[in-house]
Amino acid sequence: MSSSLSLTVALPILIPLLSGALSVAGWRSLRVQRGVALLGTAALLVASILLLHATWQADFLVMEMGNWPAPFGIVLVSDLLGAIMVLLTGITGFATAVYSLSTINERYSRFGYYPLMHLLLAGVNGAFLTGDIFNLYVWFEVMLVASFALLILGGERAQMEGAIKYVTLNLVSSAMFLSAIGLLYGLVGTLNMADIAVKLGEVEDTGLVTVISMLFLVAFGIKAAAFPFFFWLPASYHTPQVAVSALFAGLLTKVGVYSLFRVFTLVFSAAEPLTHTLLLWTAGLTMLTGVLGAAAQFEFRRILSFHIISQIGYMLMGLALAPLSALALVGGIFYIMHHIIVKANLFLISGLVFCLRGSYDLKQLGGLYREKPLLAMLFLIPALSLAGLPPLSGFFAKYIVIRAGVETESWWLVGTALVVGLLTLYSMIKIWAEVFWKAQPEDVDLTPPQTGSLVPLYLTIAGLAALTVCVGLFAQPVFELAERAAEQLLNPSLYIDAVLGGRA
Amino acid sequence: MNMQSLILRTAGQFILPLLLLFSLFLLLRGHNEPGGGFIAGLVAASAVSLHLFAMDTAAARRILLAAPRDLIGWGLTLGVVSAVPSIFLGEPFFTSIWFELTLPVLGTLKLGTPLFFDVGVYMVVVGSVLTIVLNLAEEH
Repeated sequence: MSSSLSLTVALPILIPLLSGALSVAGWRSLRVQRGVALLGTAALLVASILLLHATWQADFLVMEMGNWPAPFGIVLVSDLLGAIMVLLTGITGFATAVYSLSTINERYSRFGYYPLMHLLLAGVNGAFLTGDIFNLYVWFEVMLVASFALLILGGERAQMEGAIKYVTLNLVSSAMFLSAIGLLYGLVGTLNMADIAVKLGEVEDTGLVTVISMLFLVAFGIKAAAFPFFFWLPASYHTPQVAVSALFAGLLTKVGVYSLFRVFTLVFSAAEPLTHTLLLWTAGLTMLTGVLGAAAQFEFRRILSFHIISQIGYMLMGLALAPLSALALVGGIFYIMHHIIVKANLFLISGLVFCLRGSYDLKQLGGLYREKPLLAMLFLIPALSLAGLPPLSGFFAKYIVIRAGVETESWWLVGTALVVGLLTLYSMIKIWAEVFWKAQPEDVDLTPPQTGSLVPLYLTIAGLAALTVCVGLFAQPVFELAERAAEQLLNPSLYIDAVLGGRA
Repeated sequence: MNMQSLILRTAGQFILPLLLLFSLFLLLRGHNEPGGGFIAGLVAASAVSLHLFAMDTAAARRILLAAPRDLIGWGLTLGVVSAVPSIFLGEPFFTSIWFELTLPVLGTLKLGTPLFFDVGVYMVVVGSVLTIVLNLAEEH
């Protein structure tokens, strides 16, 4: 493979690592760190667009790190799913960097906000691009270490409380992930995912394979906040800085979802009856519990956190139905694309509301529609998209997944998905009515926090909203992209051939 | 923080250069024999810590030449950058590149990107250990 292509695969990991190192070096000056963050994430965005373009042309890009051949060395593999995820990371990263310009002050940057943000992006991209299961674990840890520190940035009591749940559950998940890798290595003697997929087909002890696949399912299920392992998420996501919340909401659980997609299409077949049934149940219950949890909440970011969970259910539904219908997997991938942009944006809006009013509590807020009609409109776009109203991106995402459900005659899952969609609309209307529509309550006394200019905040939110509208209006090309990505996932032999070449 | 021990202070004067030299030795032999940036960095950090115990924090900062947090930053940068040259030579990321220089009297000198990586690691280790130690010492 030519060197320019090899560079394309490595850049999405290399750029955030380098920006992170540079912003540690420039720790004295907030201005330098902001500059590095803007430039670094902009470069990351460009690199991720190039990667998606190159992957679209070549189907698979494989780079053997340090020139050690697969399956002995570590490979970076970019297939369409990986490249799409990297692009979404680029978008979220850039949006967060712009947003941070006026929300992250000296105090947070002293604690290392910027280096940690870059490290998180590097970890996320590494997880999306690696073709080695142990390396996947390493990137998970890189990402988790960065996220632990980001979560407690500022050191408030609520943050510590949330962080303890978050850290504990994630460590349990990492331990399971690692044991699963150990067992798998003992069974097949290789860590390269393509090679594992080949060798696992020849294994006779299928009981152990089931055990390993269950371990992976639980480990990634915890990371993805799937039912019944979701409670760490609403306990922690509403506590850090908004820019951090948005980054987490957009990316972290999706790394878990991505890993499920990857492992249960490439390494284990989701068609196995036990996994399949479990995934179906998990998907339905995740949707339902998430949305019901949100209905009971009156804190802006907590509502949004519960909705992350319910949306994860739709993505899992796509994966669970994949063996029966290719369309379901397309829907799952489309859903991820739609969700990351919309969800990050909603969190950013909650932050802007906080900057204007000084509260996240729906009961204390009000009257924003009269005062800031533009913001109200900007809220409606992602909110209605999340609920699945046409012509926004969420409508198509839900439509594809539910249509696949109808085709495979999984009626109860389709029913759940529809009811959950309706309840999502209820939640969004609740926020609309409380924050924007009703009059500002007279008896509450709120002082908005000191912030810099609000222009970067509006710019980010408007940019992401425009993207949501575009994904809705130009759904056809996005659908084709998701369709090709799903095709690659459904034919694991393509991935295996690309990685192992003629050696398998 | 000052231990006020004459013995420690006098001995420290001799041990400090020895330890620093030893850490350089470990750093340079690292690629092919036991040693390397990490362990060498630990030795250097312990040398500076010893100096800190014998003298005071200001003296320890003086030997460092740079603030420990700067060391972390530039060390990290050097580590990442050392993985890059391979790309320009048409090799995948992280491939080691070696150059051989012939020096008069000394013979051939083999330099490579892993050395720069090791130096980066060395700086990061020294920087992070001393950030912790110095902060703790200055608390009191």
